[in-house]
Amino acid sequence: MGLALLAIIWLITLASTYFFVAKTWWLPVGASAAAPWIDHQFAVTFLLMGIIFVAAQVTLGLFSYQYRDRPGQTSVYSHGNNKLELMWTVLTAILFVGLNLMGSHVWASERFAPSQDGAIKVEVTGAQFAWYFRYPGPDGTYGKVNPKDISAEEQNPLGLDASDPASKDDVVSGVMYLPVNREADITLRAQDVIHSLFIPSMRFKQDAVPGLLIKMHFTPVMTGDYEIACAELCGLGHYKMHGVLKVLSQEDFDKWIASKEAEKQ
Amino acid sequence: MSTPEIVHSHAAPQGFIRKYVFSLDHKVIGIQYYFLALVAVFVGMFLSLLMRIHLVWPSASIPLFGYIKPETYLTLLTMHGTIMVFFVLTTAPQGGFGNYFLPIQIGAPDMAFPVLNMLSFWTTAVAFLVMLAAFFVEGGAPLHGWTGYAPLSAIPSSGPGEQLGADLWILSIAIFCLGSLMGALNFITTVLDMRAKGMTMMRMPLTCWSWFITAILALLAFGVLLAGGILLLMDRNLGTSFFVPAGLSLTGKMIFPAGGFGGDAHFSHAGGSPLLWQHLFWFFGHPEVYIAILPGMGVASQLLSTFSRKPIYGYRAMVHAMLAIGFLGFMVWGHHMFMSGMSPYTAFAFSVMTMAIGVPSAIKTFNWLGTLYKGRIRFQSPMLFAIGFVSLFVSGGLSGPFLAQPVLDIQLHDTYFVPAHFHLIMGVAAIFGIFAGTYYWVPKMFGRMMNETLAQWHFWFSLIGAYAIFMPMHYLGMAGHPRRYSQLTELQYLAPLLPLQKFITYAAFVTIAGQFIFLVNFFWSMSKGPKASDNPWESTTLEWTTSTPPPHDNFGGRVPVVNNGPYEYSVPGAERDFVMQTDPPVGTGH
Repeated sequence: MGLALLAIIWLITLASTYFFVAKTWWLPVGASAAAPWIDHQFAVTFLLMGIIFVAAQVTLGLFSYQYRDRPGQTSVYSHGNNKLELMWTVLTAILFVGLNLMGSHVWASERFAPSQDGAIKVEVTGAQFAWYFRYPGPDGTYGKVNPKDISAEEQNPLGLDASDPASKDDVVSGVMYLPVNREADITLRAQDVIHSLFIPSMRFKQDAVPGLLIKMHFTPVMTGDYEIACAELCGLGHYKMHGVLKVLSQEDFDKWIASKEAEKQ
Repeated sequence: MSTPEIVHSHAAPQGFIRKYVFSLDHKVIGIQYYFLALVAVFVGMFLSLLMRIHLVWPSASIPLFGYIKPETYLTLLTMHGTIMVFFVLTTAPQGGFGNYFLPIQIGAPDMAFPVLNMLSFWTTAVAFLVMLAAFFVEGGAPLHGWTGYAPLSAIPSSGPGEQLGADLWILSIAIFCLGSLMGALNFITTVLDMRAKGMTMMRMPLTCWSWFITAILALLAFGVLLAGGILLLMDRNLGTSFFVPAGLSLTGKMIFPAGGFGGDAHFSHAGGSPLLWQHLFWFFGHPEVYIAILPGMGVASQLLSTFSRKPIYGYRAMVHAMLAIGFLGFMVWGHHMFMSGMSPYTAFAFSVMTMAIGVPSAIKTFNWLGTLYKGRIRFQSPMLFAIGFVSLFVSGGLSGPFLAQPVLDIQLHDTYFVPAHFHLIMGVAAIFGIFAGTYYWVPKMFGRMMNETLAQWHFWFSLIGAYAIFMPMHYLGMAGHPRRYSQLTELQYLAPLLPLQKFITYAAFVTIAGQFIFLVNFFWSMSKGPKASDNPWESTTLEWTTSTPPPHDNFGGRVPVVNNGPYEYSVPGAERDFVMQTDPPVGTGH
C-alpha cells in the first residue's frame, strides 16, 4: 500500500506539473504594457510554488513508502524539534511576504497612479448583457447621462441627456476601439448589477459597480482584435456578455472616430 | 478547571421520539447532523453533475430533466455552492463529529447545554428544508451564486429565481446562522467548562482544539452573515437601501421608480452600496473557509499520529498554528475583493495578511510530514484519507499565493483558477477529512467495522478523481476561462478549452460513481459489518477507553482521569506501543 501511494502521488504530481511546464494551456498572449510585468510575477510565483509542490508531494509519497509498517520497522518516539520548527516558520514567512512585496510595485503602478496626460478617454458601461463604450468627443467631456432617458428604441442605451451640450459630440459604440501605444483612461460604470470588464490579453480586469465611477488605465502595445468578457456573474446571460477590443494605429483610430463624429451630425 | 458532574444531568430517554428524534444526547445529535450532511452532499453532488453535463453538452436533453437552460445552470451552481458550504462542509465535521466526539474526548458526559444542542440541530434541519423549498416555488431557486452579490440578489426582477426563491435562500441562510450560533456557544462552553480531571487545554487532542477554534470563528462570523442576510431581506421586501444605489436601470426600465414599499417616495432606493454586501459577506465568508477546513486539520493530525504510531510532530506548534489561522482568518476577507472597486491601498494590506496565513499553513504541513518521518505507518482506510488530505491540502494551498497577490488576481480573479483553488482546499481536502473521520469513528459510533477493501477502492476513486477534476481547472483559469459561464459557445477563445472541460466532466462521472462504493459500504457495514472492539485502531484518546458504542453518559458512570498527552505512541519502555490518556503517567509529553 505504501508503494501504491508513492506511485500514485508521484504520478499525479508528474502529470500536474507536466501540463504547467509544457504550457499546454497558458496565459493568453499579453498585449498591454503591464503584461510582461504581470507575467513575470506569475512566472516567479509559479516557479517557487511549483518547487514547494513537487518537494512536498514527493516527500509525502516517499515517507509513505519508506516508513510503512513492516517487520523490523520501528517508530521513533519524538515530539518534534523546536529549532527546525522555528527555522521553517521564518523561511516560509520570508518567502511568502517577500513574494508579495515583489509583486506590489506592479500593482502600485497599475492602480495607485492616475492615468497620464494625453491618455485616450473611454467610458465603459456594463448592462445586462452588453458592454457600451463612450468617447467624449472633441470637447473632451462626457455629457450627462440620466437613467430615465435609457431607451433601446431610441438607440440611447446609456441615457445620454440631449439637453446637455457636452453630450452632443459623445460617441457611443458597441465595439471598443483604442489607438496602439497610447494609454486608455477608462471610467467604469454599471447600469443594473455588477459586471466585470475582463480583457485577458490586456491583463485587465475591473468590476463595474452600480453607483460607483471607477477609474482605471492600461496601454495596449499591439494592434489587433481582442475579446472582452464579463467576469462577474450578472444574470442569465452572463456567459454571452462579451465584446471586442480593436486596437488600431493612431491613424486608423482617428479615421474611425472622425467617421463616428460625422454620423452624429 | 471545574469538575464535571458525577451524575449525568439527564437520564437516558425511553421513547422513540425522545431517543432518536428530539434527543438531548450529543451522540444522537451528532449522528443526526452527520446524516443531514450525507443527504445534502448527495444533493449537492447531483447538482454539480447536471452542471457538468450542461457545460459541455449545452443542447443535450437529460432524462427526467429535459433541456437545461443557461439560467438553470446558474441556479444549479448557486444551490450546489450553498448546500455544500453550509449543509456539508459546516455541518458534518463540526456538527457531526464535533458533537459526537468533543464531549467524549474531553471526558464529559454531554455538551454543556443539551437542549440548546437539540435546538441547534433542528434549526439547521429547518434551514435545509427551506433551502430545498427554493427549488419548488414559482421562478425556482436563485441564480445569484452562493456569494449572493447585490444588487443582483437585491432586485427581484434581475433574473429568474430572484423572486421568492431568493427570499427563501436568504431566509434559509439566516436560520442556518441561528443554528450555528447556538452550536458555537455550546462548543466553546463545553471545552472551557466540561473537561475531565487532568485534561488540561494542552492535553486536548488536536481534534478538540480544531472544534474549539472553529466554534470561536463560527460565533464571530455567523452573526455578521445573519445581519447581512436580514438587511438584504429588508432591501428586497421593505424598501430599504443598504445595498442598492440610486438610479438603477434594468433593460431600459428604471428599477424602483418611486420606492418599493407602497410606492412611498420616502422609500425610494438610494444611497446603498453594493460593496457593503461584499464586505459583510466575506467577513463571514473567509472565516467560513477555515470553519470548513480546521476540523479536517484536526482529524488529519489525530490520524497521522495514530497510524504512524508516533506522537504528533510539534503539538504546541500545531495548536499555535491553528490559533494563528483562526486569528488571521478574520483579517483577510478583502482578498476576495481586489477587483471590486475598493481602494487599491487596502488591497495591499489584505494581501500581506493573506500571505501571512501561508505561514501557519506551512507549519502544519511540515509537522504532518514530520509525524510520518521515521514512523511505522499502518495503511488502514482512515490513514489513507488522512494522507490524501495532506496531499490535497498542499495542492490546494499552493494556488493561494497566486490569488493572494492583487497583481496576479487581475488575470485570475473569477476565472476557473479560483474554483480549482477552493475546491481542492476547502472542498475536497475537507471532504477527505470527513471521510477519514468516518472510517476512523464509524466503528465507535455504530459498533461495526467498515469493509477495508471497499474503503480502499473508494479512496483511489476519490483521490485520483479529485485531482482529475480540479487540477485541469487551473489550466482553464490561466487561459482566461471565466467561472460561472453556463456555455463555452460565445467567446471564441474558450472553444479550444472544450476538450479539457469534457475531460473534467468524464472525471466527475467516474468520481461520483466511486462515492456509491462509500454509500454501500457505510450502510452495509452499519448493520452487517464485523463487530468492532472498544479500541480497534489502538488509539490513545478517551473515546477509545469507553465501550463501543458508548453508553448514554459516555463512560458508564466512571469519571475519567487524564494523565497523559493525547499522542503517546511508541513510548520507550512502555509495554504497548500506545499509552492511553487515562493510563498511568509516562513519557515527556505535556
